[in-house]
Amino acid sequence: MVLKNQYVMIKGTRDGLTLFLDDSCSFNDLLDELDKTLSHDEFDEDQAMITVKIHLGNRFLHKEQDEQLRTLIRQRNKLVVQGIESNVISKAEAIQWKEDSEVRVVSKTIRSGQVYQVQGDLLLIGDINPGGTVKATGNIYIMGALRGVAHAGINGNRQAVIIASFMKPVQLRIADLYSRAPDYETEGVYMECGFIDESEKILIDRLQLVAKKRPELNGFERSVLNG
Amino acid sequence: MAEAIVITSGKGGVGKTTTTANLGTALALLNKKVCLMDTDIGLRNLDVVMGLENRIIYDIIDVAQGRCKLKQALIKDKRFDYLFLLPAAQTSDKNDLTPDSVVEMIAELKKEFDYIIIDCPAGIEQGYKNAVAGADHAIVVTTPEKSSVRDADRIIGLLEHEEISSPKLVINRIRNHMMKSGDMLTIDEVVQVLSIDLLGIVADDEDVIKASNRGEPVAFQPNTKASISYRNIARRILGESVPLQSLEDEKGVFSKVKRFLGMRN
Repeated sequence: MVLKNQYVMIKGTRDGLTLFLDDSCSFNDLLDELDKTLSHDEFDEDQAMITVKIHLGNRFLHKEQDEQLRTLIRQRNKLVVQGIESNVISKAEAIQWKEDSEVRVVSKTIRSGQVYQVQGDLLLIGDINPGGTVKATGNIYIMGALRGVAHAGINGNRQAVIIASFMKPVQLRIADLYSRAPDYETEGVYMECGFIDESEKILIDRLQLVAKKRPELNGFERSVLNG
Repeated sequence: MAEAIVITSGKGGVGKTTTTANLGTALALLNKKVCLMDTDIGLRNLDVVMGLENRIIYDIIDVAQGRCKLKQALIKDKRFDYLFLLPAAQTSDKNDLTPDSVVEMIAELKKEFDYIIIDCPAGIEQGYKNAVAGADHAIVVTTPEKSSVRDADRIIGLLEHEEISSPKLVINRIRNHMMKSGDMLTIDEVVQVLSIDLLGIVADDEDVIKASNRGEPVAFQPNTKASISYRNIARRILGESVPLQSLEDEKGVFSKVKRFLGMRN
């Protein structure tokens, strides 16, 4: 079933409907056309909910426009907006993206009472002493001893990892999870990484495992592709 | 060129005052003009350890508030002509002293003395800020205990924000047999965590307590373990003006004391 219109093209797939919206007309024209197009179709009462994906092409939507579009589709019963995709993003978002995917290199000792926080990934050349804390929105790599607290993915990124040359942390935190050192005295381990495993717990294991557990860790593209 | 050195630790009871008194004495023994400055307002001890309590007429608060001249408040040591003490006040509190007034006093003292050694109070509040205000260098004293090392680490972190050269470390109260048995942090462990230069180590010596109760710093005695340690540290401080030799100097002191401690077992 392919319905060809001036500005709106609807494609039906097994997963639901996909709307391809023209990106050169005015937004109001687009809304009018979409409204008309959707009112052609009658949906039966007993039909299951249909998910709708929207492709905007090269159109950028403001928050209000985004909301308008969603309300319009939501007004039709049986239609649920699954996602709106666009080829373009705002400058602010792009900068945010870049910052979140950048690796900050810092060479210093984080001492007791000090808190060091970065946007993106942190590469620390130095130690984190007991009582010291580092935080990053992304991953944390420590070329030195982690004897304090490290918190990766502070904005909720559960994919974030913490890697240290020497691991003897007081606490490891990733996103909203945390794990603490055992109550007995431990020796500390070399070349280990901490990540959230399938059971939603922070696990510490050999850093070679990172390649298997987080294959998307390579390079800048991962952030762009993952959004 | 005069130097102001602050002796600090964060934690109380690790030996700041004892270190101040003994380094002052040891530097005076090496013919340097030294002024000891007690900034622990309300809990003054340095005068007691130096045995000069009975000579106090004016104190540092009197100077800060203009009740006397700086020279009037200085107490000459009973043993050395070139060793002086600027005592703390016992009746005021730490807020009566300001960093600015300390900076001013140190600037004036620098005209007269080679070394001004500042005894810092425990804690990281106003008293600490006063003590570090005018200092050029800092010596962080710690004992081989976790809590003490933690506080020393905190202090080193705070000192980074001051206009002070990288602090040097003195590890005090070392009990060699406990270090060997693993019941105490070793010197290596402490230095590894704090990652600053080690200036010296001092054994936990009963003579230190005996001497301080007599009001006579242990560095005065010719051949106790602690007095040798303190005099070695003093030499190391003098050696700092010769940067190329400093590392070897430290090694020398280190191994000497180590050898010395080794004799005990």
